[in-house]
Amino acid sequence: MGRWLTSGRVFWLGLFAVTWVLSQFSFQIYKALDARWIIRYPKKWQLPLEDSISSFLDWLVESANVYFFTFREFTRAIAALLEAPYQFLRNLLIEGFNTGYGDSAVQLAPSLGWVAVVVCAIAIGHYARNWALAALVGACFLYLAVFGQWHSAMITLASVLIAVPIGAVGGLFLGIAAYRAPWFNRLLQPVLDLMQTVPVFAYLVPILILFGFGPVAALVATVVYAMPPMVRITILSLHSVPEEIQEAGRMAGCTKRQIMWKVLVPSATPSLMVGVNQVIMLSLNMVIIASMIGAGGLGFDVLASLRRLDIGAGIEAGLAIVVMAIALDRASQAFAERSQRSLPEGNLLQRHPWSSTVLLVILANLVLGRFIPALQTYPDSLTLTTGPFWSDAMEWVNVNFFDTFEAIKVVVLQGLLLPVKKFFSGIPWAWGIIATGLISWRIGGWKLGIMAALMMAFIAASGLWGKAMITIYLCGVSVLIATVIGIPLGIWAAEKPNAGRVILGLMDTLQTLPSFVYLIPVVMLFRVGDFSAMIAVVLYALAPAVRYAAHGLRDVPEQMIEAGVMSGCTKRQLLWRVKLPLATPQLLLGLNQTIMLAISMLVITALVGTRDLGQEVYIALTKANAGQGIVAGLSVAFIAIVADRIVNALAEGQRRRLGL
Amino acid sequence: MNQSVILECRDVWKLYGPNAGTFLKNTPVPKKGDLGRAGLIGAVRAANVQIFKGEIFVIMGLSGSGKSTLVRCLSRLVEPTAGEIHFEGENLLNKSDKELIQIRRSKMGMVFQQFALLPHLTVLENAAFPLDVQGVPKAERLARAQEVVELVGLKGREGYYPRELSGGQQQRVGIARSLAVEPDLWFLDEPFSALDPLIRREMQDEFIRLQNMLHKTIVFITHDFDEAIRLADRIAVMKDGAIQQVAKPEELVLNPATDYVAEFTRHVNRAKVITAAALAEPLSGDSFSGTVPASATIESIGDRVEAAEHPFHVEQDGKIIGQITRSAVIDVLVGRR
Ligand SMILES: Nc1ncnc2c1ncn2[C@@H]1O[C@H](COP(=O)(O)OP(=O)(O)O)[C@@H](O)[C@H]1O
Ligand SMILES: [Mg+2]
Repeated sequence: MGRWLTSGRVFWLGLFAVTWVLSQFSFQIYKALDARWIIRYPKKWQLPLEDSISSFLDWLVESANVYFFTFREFTRAIAALLEAPYQFLRNLLIEGFNTGYGDSAVQLAPSLGWVAVVVCAIAIGHYARNWALAALVGACFLYLAVFGQWHSAMITLASVLIAVPIGAVGGLFLGIAAYRAPWFNRLLQPVLDLMQTVPVFAYLVPILILFGFGPVAALVATVVYAMPPMVRITILSLHSVPEEIQEAGRMAGCTKRQIMWKVLVPSATPSLMVGVNQVIMLSLNMVIIASMIGAGGLGFDVLASLRRLDIGAGIEAGLAIVVMAIALDRASQAFAERSQRSLPEGNLLQRHPWSSTVLLVILANLVLGRFIPALQTYPDSLTLTTGPFWSDAMEWVNVNFFDTFEAIKVVVLQGLLLPVKKFFSGIPWAWGIIATGLISWRIGGWKLGIMAALMMAFIAASGLWGKAMITIYLCGVSVLIATVIGIPLGIWAAEKPNAGRVILGLMDTLQTLPSFVYLIPVVMLFRVGDFSAMIAVVLYALAPAVRYAAHGLRDVPEQMIEAGVMSGCTKRQLLWRVKLPLATPQLLLGLNQTIMLAISMLVITALVGTRDLGQEVYIALTKANAGQGIVAGLSVAFIAIVADRIVNALAEGQRRRLGL
Repeated sequence: MNQSVILECRDVWKLYGPNAGTFLKNTPVPKKGDLGRAGLIGAVRAANVQIFKGEIFVIMGLSGSGKSTLVRCLSRLVEPTAGEIHFEGENLLNKSDKELIQIRRSKMGMVFQQFALLPHLTVLENAAFPLDVQGVPKAERLARAQEVVELVGLKGREGYYPRELSGGQQQRVGIARSLAVEPDLWFLDEPFSALDPLIRREMQDEFIRLQNMLHKTIVFITHDFDEAIRLADRIAVMKDGAIQQVAKPEELVLNPATDYVAEFTRHVNRAKVITAAALAEPLSGDSFSGTVPASATIESIGDRVEAAEHPFHVEQDGKIIGQITRSAVIDVLVGRR
């Protein structure tokens, strides 16, 4: 008994007991003391942050001056700068180049046409790796044409194609600046932290106010969303170029600029390309989300059909997103892994077989397209639609399994979701702040404790305590379920190489899908509400739990396992006594990622009607209330940051204990 | 050997840690304990070295003894905390960045332990890289690169990328690159340490062959004493950042300056180091079995002397300076001396 009762256990048990009691009886306490402030944060203590932010933005837009021009002119200039190439790409891919408007419009040149675009895709696939990839990418684009998603897909593609170079090059330059100037790096790091945790909807609002409703605002939001990982990867990969390579450059007599552009950047290119792959996937994700603020494209189709409850159309558009994500991901990954090959000898045609072929096809298509319109625009009559099939399938599922689904839903709701919800919602705000501070202090030291308490206090002071608790509850339950499913899957993948390939491949694909896609099947099967939100979050956040578990187990040094085997461990003992303990730091990193993804997905699930901070952000978006959006967004970010720091501190502690 | 000094470092210090500069100003001659208390690492401590034109100067020491740091101070890749470094009579530490770049572009070459090749360039482009950054026209620099690539025996692999080569071949590229600008001063930081023993041996032979053609001034770093005595004209032994002794290999073995050097040289095969001159004694009889040069190592003459009936003459610069006896050679061969 005495041995069992360590100070750590006393602390955690005590904390939980106090919290549970306060949560259960908060209402009685409030009645007994007649102190309503216990359960509700008093309105008159609320920070007027929302209003000040909103009026600051108003001032910025209405009357701020940047030297010679107003801020509005400044944003207009940026908008124009983005608009021009975007419009060019749209003309190139969709509308063709015209002069004049309306009836008097004269076409100067047609758009590329689907045949040319598919050939381009195939060429890129082959250039990046081999015929297999070319076939995959080509098939993906062909799918978009045959299944009638071409127009929307090209709108989405145009946005991605504009956002990616800006995000990648901008990220590269910011990263280089941070690498060169330590003070800039110190300035940038917290901004990057915040950028990656503030939910996307939150900065959609100010961007909307600054840039107006439309594709340009969506582009700005996309770039802002996709750039931070590129900055980080740039800094990281520049730092990981071996010191000796840089010294070799200096000994060769390179100037500072030559060191950067002839030595560091080329040596880091493989890792930089991983960053570009991320920028592409994040851009796609965001372009889909940003459909809501007028970018159009596939995301808009999904949203519109979800609103119409047109199940077939929703799934069709969703599949098109999936197909596009896979094509973009595989092609850009192949580029990242592509190694230098010696150029073939010969004349221009022989040295650049693909560029010449593609150019020829485009020209031929241009000419032939005049006479055979089917080459230019994929003929409607040949379009296949799977919409009715999906509608029927869904109907069949619903007719036959409605009761089963409903039963599952009720059991999980009653047995898990509601009790946890009640527990979290009941915690009085003041104790919540203290408890978070205590937990963080115990795990990560007093600095973390104070920071966590202050961040929670900010949430309470913004009047968002209740919604924050719902966010934490939904996130907590989802992460729990994702971990319970994910870690065994990861263990399985690590122990059985064949199963592992399938599982990890599936997880890779799951992770490339834009978050929006996850909503579609969930809403169709379970309609809106906390349960649907939870399922979507679990699906979205599952991948890191599986991956980190698998990698953690695989990374356990061979010697340790051999030592275990020679000590006579059974398979089970080997797993529980040797591998899992050694893999804990990795498991915790996976947990961290799972939490981060869960929080970012939660905001999206606001679309299926949760009542958490995500909803608050979403409401702000629909009302274009920048202050409300930013405050709620910051609250989400603070929750994410506190969770991140706590889990990292846990992982760090574990690593130290294991001497890794 | 021409005894003109090309590179000299005087009382060079390199301390890592917070406020190293101010610390050294306040405590000009710190002890090791002082450094530890101030939280500093003395990577190089009070190093004095003179390097003569045309010699192979080997810096030797265990891992972490400060060899790399010292050689990087000599090339100013690392800024020394204190001291002076004179290259061709001028203090390298007073040079501006621009001047330093010029010196490196024309007078210095360096070979690295992990090869440090640029992964995105071919063998030929890697060798041409130092010329590329100087703006030498493409045709010219590729022609020169071709020369050095052939010099190191990589003809036929010009179009390969580094990752397609073995370790030994990669280091050949590293050597080619460092020779492309025809440097006067050639730094090699443990160039063969990352290679397998057999390849290492082969590369040492290759290195000796190159030096016999090129006659560079060489600063060669190694942690392998056998390698050091094979290649060195003179050796500097380092320990914990300080130079223990600078001497010819033979002197190091015969007259170690410190216990550390003695310990280090104890297990060396002395026959490889000791020369006939060191064993020469006054002539004692009139019958001799032959003549050996004074600079010959015992290893190279041992069999002959030991098998012969009479002592051998030891000859230096055409003069007989003494005799070498069978028993003296046997003493060395069995390790009595
Ligand atoms: N950048 C650095 N920062 C701090 N300590 C360093 C740094 N570089 C080298 N050292 C320390 O200086 C000492 C000498 O290192 P080094 O010159 O690399 O030794 P060697 O090349 O002989 O193995 C080591 O104790 C090493 O830890
Ligand atoms: Mg070293």
